Formats: sequence, structure tokens, C-alpha cells
Amino acid sequence: MLSERRKFLAGIKAELPILIGVIPFGVIYGVVALEAGLKAWEAQAMSAIVFAGSAQFVTAQLVGVGAPGLVIALTGGVINLRHALYSASVAPYVKPLRPAWKWLLSYLLTDEAYAVTITHYHCNTIANPHEKDFGEASTIRHEHWYFLGAGLALWATWQVSTAVGIFLGAVIPESWSLDFTVALTFIALVVPVLRDRASLAAGAVAGLVAVLAVSFPLKLGLVIATVAGIAIGLWMEAEV
Amino acid sequence: MSIWLVMIAIGVMTYATRLSFILLFGKMEIPRNLRRALRFVPAAVLPAIIFPELLVRDGVLNLSLGNERMLAGILAFLVAWRTKSAVLTIFIGMAALLLLQTLLN
Repeated sequence: MLSERRKFLAGIKAELPILIGVIPFGVIYGVVALEAGLKAWEAQAMSAIVFAGSAQFVTAQLVGVGAPGLVIALTGGVINLRHALYSASVAPYVKPLRPAWKWLLSYLLTDEAYAVTITHYHCNTIANPHEKDFGEASTIRHEHWYFLGAGLALWATWQVSTAVGIFLGAVIPESWSLDFTVALTFIALVVPVLRDRASLAAGAVAGLVAVLAVSFPLKLGLVIATVAGIAIGLWMEAEV
Repeated sequence: MSIWLVMIAIGVMTYATRLSFILLFGKMEIPRNLRRALRFVPAAVLPAIIFPELLVRDGVLNLSLGNERMLAGILAFLVAWRTKSAVLTIFIGMAALLLLQTLLN
């Protein structure tokens, strides 16, 4: 029990610095949603129902320009395709957990909670990445409580910052460029995962392909770029 | 379609996406090669999000020194790399952007 609590608190603690970048994002979402014509409680409900920043932004903007519901729904769904990669990536670590845990952790699998959690999982299994039972080992060490701590910290912050955006946000001038904190958050998250030449190459290639494919619809360029980066990473690893 | 239907549809699709492989791989053995590939997911996906944010302005690639986000982003990356501190990365990156915007405009 003590160990579970310690992991849970460690997860929250690891997520805290990242939240500094997430708060402005949530506030801006609240503002954008209202400007697009959503009612306050609709904007707030979307943060709980969808719980995915970029999809919520696009949805609000499409509602604002009066796009058909079906188009909005498809766009919002496809933008989150990268989460399938996150799901596959954490799957080995949560494999032995009970279904209730899997369903709960899946709901909390956002970009920011994923990045913090997977870095933690990787660091704890780096000694033997091919170890067959690292799911078992992670579960025995209660690492899913770490995941839960990071995920819930982000969830609570996202709900509160959305509310702040809805009620106070209209006064934030655009010239403050607060949306830039999103990119900065990801920069802080990426450094720990660039551990070796193979992962550096994967990141560089994925970044370049993403820039080239930026005009692809529905952020599909992001998924293509990620797959290209993974391929280069594997190739580099095989070369060494 | 009402906004509620749209939100619930996106919510269900997003949740299903997040749940997909966690459930699937719970029932089958994950091939070793796939497991190796999955270790590169964070290293690949995060730059794929970051690069366009810094280098593409108003839909066009902008590598000029007038692109404040690119310059502030590079500085933030150096800070993150040297200090390993997310707090410093976010604050220094944000301060750099505001400073550059003031200087360049």
C-alpha cells in the first residue's frame, strides 16, 4: 500500500513541471471554444468527454465556421490516431493489469501523461529491453500507480484550466503568444527520450517528414512522420 | 447533428483509439520486433509534433531568422538538454519568444 501511494505521488510529481505548459493551453482552449459559439458548459464537457487538446481546438474551430457535424466528428477522431501508437507503446507494461485498470488508464492516455509515463517505464526497464516479463515486473513494482498519478494530475489541471479560460480567458491578449507553451512542453518532454544515436535519428527524421507533410489533411502527416522515424530508428539500431 | 452528438462521437473514437492496443495486446503475445519498434514511438512522435510548430508559420515553411518561434524553440531545446528542467525550458523559451517578438517587430 505504501509503495502504491509512493508511486502515485511520484507520478504526480513528475507531471507537475509539464503542467506549467498545459495550463495556458487549457485556458486558450476555453477562450477559443466560447469564441466559436459553444456554450460554457458545452466547452467544459468537451474537456471531460474528449480530453484531447488538439482535437478539442479543431472541433471548436470547425463548429465556429459552421462545418457539418459528420465532418467535425471524423476530423476530431482522426486527429487522435497517434494515440493508437501510445496505446501500443504502453501495452506491454500494463498487460497483466485487471481490465478496470486498463479502461481507466486508457482514458488518461494523453500526449503529456504518455510522454512522462513511458519515459519512466523505459528508464526502469533499460537494463534489459528484451526482458519478456517487464509487464509483470512493472506491475509488481506498482508502476501503474505512477501512470495513474501522472494521468490524473493532467486531467484535473485540464478541467480547471478550461474553466479558467471560460470564465476569465477573454482578457488574454493574443500578443502574449501563450499558445507557444504547448511546443515548449513537448520540447521539455522530448529531451529525456533522445537517449542514443538511434532515437536521435528517429526524432530528426520524424520531425523533417512532419514538416514536409504538414499540409496533409487531418494531421495524417504526424502519423506518417512517426512511422518514418520509427523505421529509421530500427535501421540505425540494426546497423550498430 | 447537435454539438453533443459530435462531442460524444469524437470522445468515443478517441477513447477507442487509446484503448485499442492496450486491450488487443492484453490477449496476444507482442512480437519481439514490434516491441523493438514501439520503443521509438516517443522519440519519433514528439519531434513530429514540435518541428511543424516551430518551422511552419501560416502554413509555409519558414527557416528565416525572422521566425521567432524557431529561434526561441532552439534555445528552449538547449535549455532542456543542459538543465533537464521542464520549468526552466518553458519559462526561458517563453521569455525568449516575447523578447524576440519585441525586438523583431
